[in-house]
Amino acid sequence: MVDLTGFRRENGNVGVRNHVLVLPVDDLSNAACSAVGALVPATLPIPHAYGRLQYGEDLEIHFRTLIGTGVNANVAGVIVIGIEPNWTARVAEGIAASGKPVEAFSIEGHGDLEVIRRAAHAAQRIVQHASEIRREPIELGELTVSIKCGESDTTTGLASCPTVGVVVDQLVDAGATVFFGETPELTGGEQLIAARCATDEVRDRFTATYRRYVGAIEANGADLLGSQPTQGNIAGGLSTIEEKALGNIEKTGTRPVLDVLGPAEAPRNGARGLYFMDSSSAAAEHITLMCAGGAVLHIFPTGQGNIVGHPVEPVIKLTGNPNTARTMVEHIDLDVSGLLSRELTLEGAGARLREVLERTANGRLTCAESLGHREFSLTRLYASA
Amino acid sequence: MNHKFLIHKQGDHVGVAVVDIGSGETVRGVFMDDDTTIEINARDSVPLGHKIAIADVPGDASVIEYGIQIGKATGGFGAGAHVHTHNLRSARW
Repeated sequence: MVDLTGFRRENGNVGVRNHVLVLPVDDLSNAACSAVGALVPATLPIPHAYGRLQYGEDLEIHFRTLIGTGVNANVAGVIVIGIEPNWTARVAEGIAASGKPVEAFSIEGHGDLEVIRRAAHAAQRIVQHASEIRREPIELGELTVSIKCGESDTTTGLASCPTVGVVVDQLVDAGATVFFGETPELTGGEQLIAARCATDEVRDRFTATYRRYVGAIEANGADLLGSQPTQGNIAGGLSTIEEKALGNIEKTGTRPVLDVLGPAEAPRNGARGLYFMDSSSAAAEHITLMCAGGAVLHIFPTGQGNIVGHPVEPVIKLTGNPNTARTMVEHIDLDVSGLLSRELTLEGAGARLREVLERTANGRLTCAESLGHREFSLTRLYASA
Repeated sequence: MNHKFLIHKQGDHVGVAVVDIGSGETVRGVFMDDDTTIEINARDSVPLGHKIAIADVPGDASVIEYGIQIGKATGGFGAGAHVHTHNLRSARW
C-alpha cells in the first residue's frame, strides 16, 4: 500500500496535479491563450473549437464544462481569455467561486497583443503562487475518479473492464466518488444498470435519460454498425452493441448507482459513491465532461489501443489484449493480458491497477501525459445559431 | 496455457479466442464462472478476440454471451463456427 499525497484546494476538494490553465472562452481566443502559454511555459493552455453563437442547453453545457474544468481540483489557478467581456466574466466568476485565483481578460477594444501582455503578467503571478502549494497526505476515499473504455474488443469484457470493476468497488467502499457514463453504449445491458439504481426515483431518471439519448440517435435514422460498434471494435471481434455494452458494464463494479448527473455536472449533495453521468461514448468528449464534473483521475481500459489523454485529468490505460500491449507499449500503463492466459487472477490484476492508480495520484506521469496527449473536446448538442 | 478460448458463463453460445485458432484444430475452452472445460473442433479459423460457437444456433434465434442476449443469429451457425457480423446481428439497431 502506497501513502497517497495530493493537493487540497480552497473548496476542500482534493487534486493530484497542480496545473495553471490558460482557458479560452471561445475559438477566437485560442491564439492569445497559446501566446500566453509560450511566454509563461509553466502554464497549460487548453485551446478548443467552440464558444460562439451557441444557445440554450448547448450553451449551458459549454459554460458548465469550461467552469468545471477550471474548478477541477487538479487546477491551482486559471487565466480566462474571451473575445467579449460578458461571457468571459461569467466563466471567470464561475471558477472564482471555488476560491482559487482567477484572472479574466477580454480582447474586444484592446486587441490580442495588449491582452497577451497583461494576461502573461497575471499568469506569471499565478504560476509562482502555484509553485509553492505543497502536496499533503490524502486518503483514497477523497479522490473522484472517472472510468470509460475505448477501442474496445472482446478482451475488454474478459480482462481489462473486470479489473477496473474490482478497483471501482474498492474505491467506492473507501468513500471515493466514481463517475461512469457512455449512455448509448449501455444498450443491451441498460437493465443491469437500472437494477442497481439506489432508489426508484434514480431508476426513473436513469431510464428517462437513457431513452432520450437513444431516441435522439434513432431519430437520425442512420445505420450505426461501423460507428457503434466502431470499425476498431469490429476488427477486435465485437459484433453488436449489446456485446460491447456487456463488456463495458463490467468495469462499473457491483455497487449501487447513487444518482444520475447531467453532462459536466458535479454531484449536488456531497454524497460519495458511484454516479452515472449522461455522456457520449467518444473518449475525449467523455473525459472532458467527467473532468468538468470534478474527476481528478481517469481509468481507461482499451482493447485495440485507444491513445486518448486529457490536459487536466491524467488518463491511466490498461489492456487485456496481448497484441496491443506489445505493439502500443508507449500508450499502455498496465498490461492485464495475463487474465486471458489465466496466469493472473482478477484479484491480482485489481491489485496491480490499484498500485498504478496510487502511483499516478502521487505524481507518476501516465503514458498519455508523458506523450503530450491533451485532448480537450467540448460536447455540442446542436448547430450554432 | 492449454486453453485457446474462454467462455464467460455456462449456457453461453459463444466463447472468445485468446490466441489465433486455425480451421480444423480441436481446441479447449474454459468457462470463467466455474473453471470447467469444453473441447470444440474449429470449423473456421478464429483470430484472437473473435468468437467461436460452442453450440448450434438456428437462424433468427437469440445468441447468448455473458448469460445475456447479444443479438440474433442471421442464417444460423453450428458449433465450431466463427461468429461475427456475417452471422450475428444486433437485436437493438
